[in-house]
Amino acid sequence: MTERIELLYWDGCPSHPEALALLRSVVDERGLGLEVELREVHSDEEAESLRFPGSPTIRVDGRDVDPAGADGRPSLSCRIYHLEDGRVSPVPSRKQLEDALQ
Amino acid sequence: MSLALQEQAPSFALPGVDGHEHTLDSYADADALVLIQSCNHCPYVQAWEGRMKAIQRDYADRGVRVVALNSNDRVRSPDDSFEEMVARAEHEGFNFDYLYDRDQSIARALGAERTPEVFVFDRDRRLVYHGAIDDNRDDRQVGRHYLRDTLDALLGGAASPIAETPAVGCTVKWRQ
Repeated sequence: MTERIELLYWDGCPSHPEALALLRSVVDERGLGLEVELREVHSDEEAESLRFPGSPTIRVDGRDVDPAGADGRPSLSCRIYHLEDGRVSPVPSRKQLEDALQ
Repeated sequence: MSLALQEQAPSFALPGVDGHEHTLDSYADADALVLIQSCNHCPYVQAWEGRMKAIQRDYADRGVRVVALNSNDRVRSPDDSFEEMVARAEHEGFNFDYLYDRDQSIARALGAERTPEVFVFDRDRRLVYHGAIDDNRDDRQVGRHYLRDTLDALLGGAASPIAETPAVGCTVKWRQ
C-alpha cells in the first residue's frame, strides 16, 4: 500500500506544475487519499545529496516513477521522460504514474 | 533584456557541427533568418526538434535559413559540449546549421533566456518575431503556428501577425 508520494522540482524548469496536476489527478482517481509532498531543490549540492536527476522527479515510497532515468547525473535541469510512443516529454506519462501507483 | 523588435541581428562567427565557421554574412542570401536558441539536453528542445527540421525543409526553397545556437555552459551541462552537439546533429539528421556559442556572447546579445527560443530576422536582418515556435510542446495539440505564420507573412511581404510570444523551455545554462 502506497504511503508516501514526493515530487521534487527545480523552479528553473517550467514543467512541475503540469506534472503536479497530472500526479494529483492520478492520485485522486485511485482514491489514495494521500497528499503529494512537494520539495524544491535549490542548489547543485542539494541535487547531489537528493540524487535529483532533473525536474520534476516523482518518487512513490522512495521509488522513482521512471526507474530508467533515476540514476541520471544529479543536476538543476529539466528531466527528460520517454513516452510509450517514443516521443520525448518534460513530464512523465499518465501511464508511468498509474503504474507507479498500482 | 532581449533584443527589441526591429533591432539588427548581432554579428557572429561560430563553429558549426559541420566543421565550418559560420558568420552572419554566411546567410546573406536568405530572405529570412531564423535563429533558435537551442541545446542538446532539454526535453522541450527535443520535443520541438522535429518541427524545427520540418520548418527548414518546408521553407528552404523560399529562402529561409534555420540556424540553431547552443550557448550552454558545458561544465554545468556536459551533454551540451561541442562533441555532443556533433553527435546529436548526426543522430537526429539535422537539416539546419547547429552552431556552438561557447563564450555565450550571442545568447547575451540576443537576450535569450530559454531553449528553444526563436528570433526571426527579415531580409534586412531586423528582428520581426521573438518567442516560441508554436503554442504547444505536444505536436498533437498545436493550435497556433507562430513561426510558420511569421514566415508566411514575411515572405508574402506582410507584417508578422504576432511579434512576441513567451518562449517555454529550459533555461540557458550560463557560466558561473
